[in-house]
Amino acid sequence: MSELVPTSTETGHRLHPLGLILGFVMQLPQMIVPIVAVLYGARDSSLGLPAVIGLVLVVSLLFKWIAWRRFRYWIGDDEVRIEKGLLSRSARSIPYDRIADVSIEQKPLARLLGLGEVKFETGGGTGDDAVLSFVSMEEATRLRETVRERKAIDQAPTAAQDTVEATAPVLFAMDGRRLLTLGFYSFSLVILAVLIGAAQQFDFLLPFDPWDWERWLGAAANGTSTVAQIDRSAQLLAALAALLGLIAVGFATGIGRTVLREFGFVLERTAKGFRRRRGLLTKTDVTLPIERIQAACIETGPLRQRGGWYALRFVSLANESKAEKDHAMAPLAKLDELWPILREARLHPPGKSARFVQANPGPWIDEGLITAGVLTLAAAVASRFVGPAAWAIPGLILPFAAYSWFDWRNRFHAVDQDQLYVRRGWWNRRLELARQVNIQSVSLTEGPLLRLRGLARIEFGIAGGEMGFSAVPLADAKAIRDQVMALAAPVDFSQLGLHAD
Amino acid sequence: MDEPEDLTPLDPAYVRVLQIDAAIMGLIMLALTVPLEVLGVLPRGAFFGPMLLLVLWLVLVTPKRRYRRWGYRLSADRLQIVRGFLFHSDTVVPLGRVQHLDVQQGPLMRRFGLSTLTVHTAGTANDSVGLPGLKHEDALAMRETIRAKIKAAQA
Repeated sequence: MSELVPTSTETGHRLHPLGLILGFVMQLPQMIVPIVAVLYGARDSSLGLPAVIGLVLVVSLLFKWIAWRRFRYWIGDDEVRIEKGLLSRSARSIPYDRIADVSIEQKPLARLLGLGEVKFETGGGTGDDAVLSFVSMEEATRLRETVRERKAIDQAPTAAQDTVEATAPVLFAMDGRRLLTLGFYSFSLVILAVLIGAAQQFDFLLPFDPWDWERWLGAAANGTSTVAQIDRSAQLLAALAALLGLIAVGFATGIGRTVLREFGFVLERTAKGFRRRRGLLTKTDVTLPIERIQAACIETGPLRQRGGWYALRFVSLANESKAEKDHAMAPLAKLDELWPILREARLHPPGKSARFVQANPGPWIDEGLITAGVLTLAAAVASRFVGPAAWAIPGLILPFAAYSWFDWRNRFHAVDQDQLYVRRGWWNRRLELARQVNIQSVSLTEGPLLRLRGLARIEFGIAGGEMGFSAVPLADAKAIRDQVMALAAPVDFSQLGLHAD
Repeated sequence: MDEPEDLTPLDPAYVRVLQIDAAIMGLIMLALTVPLEVLGVLPRGAFFGPMLLLVLWLVLVTPKRRYRRWGYRLSADRLQIVRGFLFHSDTVVPLGRVQHLDVQQGPLMRRFGLSTLTVHTAGTANDSVGLPGLKHEDALAMRETIRAKIKAAQA
């Protein structure tokens, strides 16, 4: 069994031979391109169309057959194993405990042949789960039953956890007033951008060219424009009205969009976890089990913060939430409304021992110097063509530097006994929180410049999200890694969520 | 960073694999200079000569260095993988967080009896961490060790 390349047929199962034909047939639409390619290549030869098509199909079928021959799977005592590959051999081992579910898919054609596609879903980050396409339906159901049985034996103690609480207390809800406030903060001129975009798309329909500024200016100077003929105060009034109109459009858009999405927002704590209902026209009802919550993010902006308003999102295991990456738990709330929700998710506000450390400015300085160098070089080259005016180019460093300074100035991280924190952003301010026990891997990375400064970037692997400390002295980075590992390593993936407290 | 000396090195045969990989790349790079030489915009050998030096350096010098920068440590509850010089990374995966495991062998690696062990985690960053250039038996043994750890952890 430990042999990578199986030596005899007694080891492992093969996929259903009919599946070979089925896969081939389902792939036919994609064969058009190679057939056309071969036809084009062979256009001068005496080969006829049927011969070319036949050749391509036979070659493709041959490869499929070899791949089928080299594909084997085992349902072992504690793992599923899949071996495949022609030149490049790969053997994948999936412990039962890691299989979240076994799904069977039957497309119409497969149903006709009594075949099914079996998918072993794990919590793996990328979508490269293990798939068996195709096996007979009996085999598919047998596989599912076997894996579920084995899993049940493994996880017997976990099953008892589903004790039900009768009531579902409301954690957070939004009334009309709150909805309106959120709408005001969501001021948006996106509709204007859409209109301008539409004007650009359809300007050929207009009887004149709206982008011909010279004509507009000329018209104004000649006094032929109607705007120029009105007296000055009326012009001012018109401008003011336009501005007010713009502002009204902005607020109307914000409120409209907010009401559509957040109307009737209710967040409840149910036995399994959180349940969120919202929406005016499209109502959604989402349940998020507590164990799936990996991290949280509290967001605000300069204006919102002034009003004491924050938004809360949860990062959860990727499996269940393909449509929505993060889960909005409270779109607009005061801090003392947020902390209870966080506590229900077994997260807590930064503890007393959490000391927020500002990121080392090194990388920002390096970036600035490199940008300045590139701009100067660009100016030197450009000045040969456009003269001394090109020396204005390095002036671009000013807005860049301002942005960098703000970015660095607001970049903090902190560690306390059981959580990690990142605080960042000036316009879009956010505080990210994650439990150390939920960290799946820790990576310290350095490019050449970071290395010269003795710094490293720490990347934390979180299921469904990511978190990073941008520039940490190497010794500190290692200490943080060791602390996180001391908490995370003893806890097996299957126990996550039961161990947290 | 932990010095590679403290870590388990990869199988020395991996240097050969890296060299052959580099040589294949190098031949393609050299082939690309041929049209430029034929065009004759610059004196003969102006493209081919420097490219040949670069390829020789990539084949003879860098593979050994790249090999030396690799290292790993499999301890009771975690796997550490260190790689790279210019772009250095040092990744630790707790064994209890491994989702599934791959042992892969390309044709070249197989000739030298080597394999790549890849561990997959649920994290979005570092969702799969690969360790190439292991002796095939070692890769299989490591896979069994990690699997046994997962089994023991949840029992």
